[in-house]
Amino acid sequence: MSPLMEIRDLTVRFHGERTVHAVNGLDLTLQPGEVITILGESGSGKSVTLKALLKLLPEKRTEIGGTMTVDGIDVTALTGRRLSDYRGKAVSMIFQEPMLALDPVYTIGDQIAEAVRRHDRVSRTKAMDIALDMLTRVRIPSPERRLRNYPHEMSGGMRQRAMIALALACRPKLLLADEPTTALDATVQIQVLLLLRELQKEFGMGIVFVTHDIGVAVEISDRIAVMYAGNIVEEGTVSEIIKDPRHPYTKGLLAANLHGATRGTSLASIPGSPPPLDARPNNCAFAPRCAHAREECLEALPPVFRPGPGRRVACVLERGQSEMVLPARTPEAA
Amino acid sequence: MLTYTLRRLAYVIPVAFGVSVICFLLVHIAPGDPLTAVMPIDATAEQQAEMMAIYGFDRPLPVQYAIWLGKALMGDLGTSIATGREVSAEVSRAVGNTLILAVFASMIGFPLGILFGFIAGYFKDTLVDRAVTALSITGVSVPNYWLGIVLVVIFSVNLGWLPSVGAGPGGSTAWKWDFEHLRYIILPAVTLAVVPMGIVTRTVRALVGDLLSQDFIDALKAKGLGRFEILKHVVKNVTPTTLSVVGLQLGYLLGGSILIETVFNWPGTGFLLSNAIFQRDLPLLQGTILVLALFFVFANLIVDLVQPLVDPRIKRG
Repeated sequence: MSPLMEIRDLTVRFHGERTVHAVNGLDLTLQPGEVITILGESGSGKSVTLKALLKLLPEKRTEIGGTMTVDGIDVTALTGRRLSDYRGKAVSMIFQEPMLALDPVYTIGDQIAEAVRRHDRVSRTKAMDIALDMLTRVRIPSPERRLRNYPHEMSGGMRQRAMIALALACRPKLLLADEPTTALDATVQIQVLLLLRELQKEFGMGIVFVTHDIGVAVEISDRIAVMYAGNIVEEGTVSEIIKDPRHPYTKGLLAANLHGATRGTSLASIPGSPPPLDARPNNCAFAPRCAHAREECLEALPPVFRPGPGRRVACVLERGQSEMVLPARTPEAA
Repeated sequence: MLTYTLRRLAYVIPVAFGVSVICFLLVHIAPGDPLTAVMPIDATAEQQAEMMAIYGFDRPLPVQYAIWLGKALMGDLGTSIATGREVSAEVSRAVGNTLILAVFASMIGFPLGILFGFIAGYFKDTLVDRAVTALSITGVSVPNYWLGIVLVVIFSVNLGWLPSVGAGPGGSTAWKWDFEHLRYIILPAVTLAVVPMGIVTRTVRALVGDLLSQDFIDALKAKGLGRFEILKHVVKNVTPTTLSVVGLQLGYLLGGSILIETVFNWPGTGFLLSNAIFQRDLPLLQGTILVLALFFVFANLIVDLVQPLVDPRIKRG
């Protein structure tokens, strides 16, 4: 089976007042119908990776390297009409804050119908019917009325459901979800996650889900890729990551979870803060915060080890325990 | 919508009342005696008192106001002291001329301002943007009477293309839709259009620039919309605010410009006002100011009534 999405050696660099190396040689593969979560803290490059997949990064200031293929389409080469045919049809996206991601002066129905009519030659009435059907599928109460509502007339959870309806209206094969539950109340959050999971099964699409919340990642995904300083440090199935974290950063993230914390004891946290990415890391980016850091961690990028099928860990601690698949990649001279 | 309209209409009453009080008081607070200017120097105190009584200036202010307001409500704004003609006739003729000038200035200033604003907003922080911004700041900052004089020097004196003063050939003071009259209106209309154009440009530029940096533009791209389709969304989003700025500027244009109308000898309200001031013609001054202020009130009213039609976020009802 050929993968639905394949990212090879993706680099994203922003130029401006200062240069930021946001993504540094990222590899990621997604099979059709699979849900993967990119887990990482703010600034780790997870949202940038999603935006790169839709080519939404500001063209002038962004330098993108590597290859991205979605459903056999070479994303890197897309421009103009072919790019907008790809957007929304092959891949669509739901955003973190639905209030900001919906146009405030168009009704929900018009916004969904507009996307439908952009990709399928259907009449206005037919497009509205599809919009109504989508609102029913995302379980918005009294969908006929909501069709004529403006975003400000809906609650946060309802808006995010409408956003999901909009994103799925053209039946994309791949859905990108950029922290879609972060702005919602905890109870609404779980409802939206369950809904997404259901719709994913129903539509059979692949999802790349981005979050900083391990609880959310466990709830939604098949696999988790942990991202740090613009690269993936560990990847595995949900149970592998939860039960057997190998990378010290993943271990730190799991330990920092609130579950099982006892009153009166201080919460576990990872000391230090992520590195400023004004230069491409040429050693293990986590080493300065790592309790196990050795000299070799500071000298070169860590090699990538494969402890099992579909698993990878970029840490020297794995040496001798599992097979090495990729020697440390030397960053290009820049 | 109906209740909103009625409520908004009802607001006009206290505002218009306030405007009339201020108009009346401002003119009376100003120093100087309205009659000394028109009375012969050797007039006796008795003759002066007689004149005061004829015009009602000898009565207490509140009484004068009540009489003036009562008459004004009936459309009678009194008689001009300087010319002896009806103020309402003078004002309505001047208003017609100012209106036509405002229409031409609007047709030049607003479309250009909106166009420039969009261009600058879309190409923010590029050379085009800087050029447009520089132009609009210059437009707003340059004193427009000076600009008027410069235009007259260039196009009338040096090139001889356009007439320099007046509203029509042979001292015509009434507008006609013909080529000759058109030639007379070009320079004052262009001069008058410069400031509103600059203001509209700057507003639209800020709106468009801000809008393009918002998340939902990314979301529109993400659903596959092209540049033109996204432009439609941008237009619909910036319309409400643009409309209110245009409305305010329209109010300003309707008020006429004392300076521009004086420079071009344009027989509009501004020109009338400056004459009334210099001649201390109280009834004319009051009448003109009242009519202009009411124009402004109505321009705002229209903007407020149109606003909910274009912006769903404004609650109706």
